[in-house]
Amino acid sequence: MIEHRPGLTFVSHLILWLGIVVVALPVWVALVASTHPANAFAAGAVPLWFGDQALANWQQVLLGKDGDMSQLLRMTLNSLVMALGITFGKIAISLLSAYAIVFFRFPFRGAAFWMIFFTLMLPVEVRIVPTYQVVANLDLLNSYTGLTLPLIASATATFLFRQCFMSIPSELVEAARIDGAGPLRFFCDILLPMSRTQIAALFVILFIYGWNQYLWPLIVTTDDAYYTLVMSIKRLLSVDNGEIEWNQVMVTTLLAMLPPVLVVISMQKLFVKGLVDAEK
Amino acid sequence: MSVYFPQKWLPYGLLLPQLLVTAVFFLWPAGQAVEQAFYQEDAFGLSRDFVGLDNFIALFQSAEYFAALGTTLVFSVSVAGLGLVLALLLAVMADRVLRAAMVYQTLLIWPYAVAPALAGVLWWVLFDPSIGPLALALQTLGVDWNHYLNGDQAMLLVVIAATWKQISYNFLFFLAGLQAIPRSLIEAAAIDGAGPAKRFFDIVLPLLSPTTFFLLVVNVVYAFFDTFAVIDATTQGGPGQSTTTMVYKVYKDGFVGLDLGSSAAQSVVLMVVVGLMTIIQFRYIERKVQY
Repeated sequence: MIEHRPGLTFVSHLILWLGIVVVALPVWVALVASTHPANAFAAGAVPLWFGDQALANWQQVLLGKDGDMSQLLRMTLNSLVMALGITFGKIAISLLSAYAIVFFRFPFRGAAFWMIFFTLMLPVEVRIVPTYQVVANLDLLNSYTGLTLPLIASATATFLFRQCFMSIPSELVEAARIDGAGPLRFFCDILLPMSRTQIAALFVILFIYGWNQYLWPLIVTTDDAYYTLVMSIKRLLSVDNGEIEWNQVMVTTLLAMLPPVLVVISMQKLFVKGLVDAEK
Repeated sequence: MSVYFPQKWLPYGLLLPQLLVTAVFFLWPAGQAVEQAFYQEDAFGLSRDFVGLDNFIALFQSAEYFAALGTTLVFSVSVAGLGLVLALLLAVMADRVLRAAMVYQTLLIWPYAVAPALAGVLWWVLFDPSIGPLALALQTLGVDWNHYLNGDQAMLLVVIAATWKQISYNFLFFLAGLQAIPRSLIEAAAIDGAGPAKRFFDIVLPLLSPTTFFLLVVNVVYAFFDTFAVIDATTQGGPGQSTTTMVYKVYKDGFVGLDLGSSAAQSVVLMVVVGLMTIIQFRYIERKVQY
């Protein structure tokens, strides 16, 4: 503290709390809306305090119309498969390619580097139609491979590991080689343990990225056996005739945002590290 | 690094998975987009004619495309501007109350984890003209809020939802940037009699400019591409064209309108735009490394 200004400190706290309230407002309203019967919304605004239908609404979404959990469970499972598939896939291929680029010298090393760099320039949204056609040609629509594989290549993760590997002193490589360690042994026994924190931090960021995918699952899945939680919200909202069942929409929204939010809050340190590392 | 492993073929094996995925899912589609941009395909995909630059010419002569360009600019500038200003305000406040900063950080960063589509839905409900508490509050104040009919209000809605999600990210980087500013500088200014406002504008803000510039680029990229889901889950580009950004138009023309040639031409234009942005970002980062 530079100087004592109790007034200004009070205002600071006030503004921060105001910010927190505004940031939390939509989730609060969603939570409240999820506890009211569907017809409560026909009459007017979403009430600002909890209703008595919490159990019924959550049960209806959790258990499905027939009383079995199959649909929600399946979507959660699909989201999990997609998020973890993208996360592990990205980390694995980026570790390998960063290892090749930093610890080996070979012809076309620069070309490989630039080819990876190129992917930075092409977010999937930009080339959505041709990517869809490629995946359709490969017969990967409505499959876990189609959901995850196209999103796996990532220059960001490769650059992050490259940065991290380049900071490893060359004496370490020398020592390992003198002791008779081959490249694979060096990778498994020295490099991986040394990059533990970076991998964990990246895991948090990539899990959120994978879980929150929306457009890609929306277009590559037409079979509801492969729907993910986040994209399912669109199907709930686009009912052609009749009222949108807001209470159910709210329950699903809350369920879909819960896992990544929990990950961020419980692994805040790793999350912050991951964000900062990924932008270097 | 001056010590390398001598194996000749191993590095290719290690690179293979990433290069394969890149080739199949990035280069191939990108190539197809470029090729398709020069053809006119019928809606059933049965036949196509080479039309040269016609798709691009049609694009740059269409009022709709320029409307989308305008929408994109308004949207991006609003999201980036609003997100940066609000986050900076919160970060400066959090930096003042240093001991509690971590608590505030926890309470402010979680929206980063919310999917853009879900962020859109949450604000959509708050502003729904018949059930949304905020819309009804506005109506009692005499504002006739209906984003289903009013394009400007629909735009405001998607800007708010997109900004809400991004504030947490900006806040984190601003807070880190603020905490990296040497206290001695601020103290010296305080001894010289500069008040909090003067210190902020004359010392803190200039020292924060690398962070600000970096966040500006990231936010513009975010507003361009990552907000697709916000728009699709809420306004779907409407009413009319009022929230159709360039990225949303690629999707709409390609998948809904089935005008593949035009969609591909738009993809190519966007690729060039992203390429330029990436180069700007990297030149800046190079400079930062030297600094």
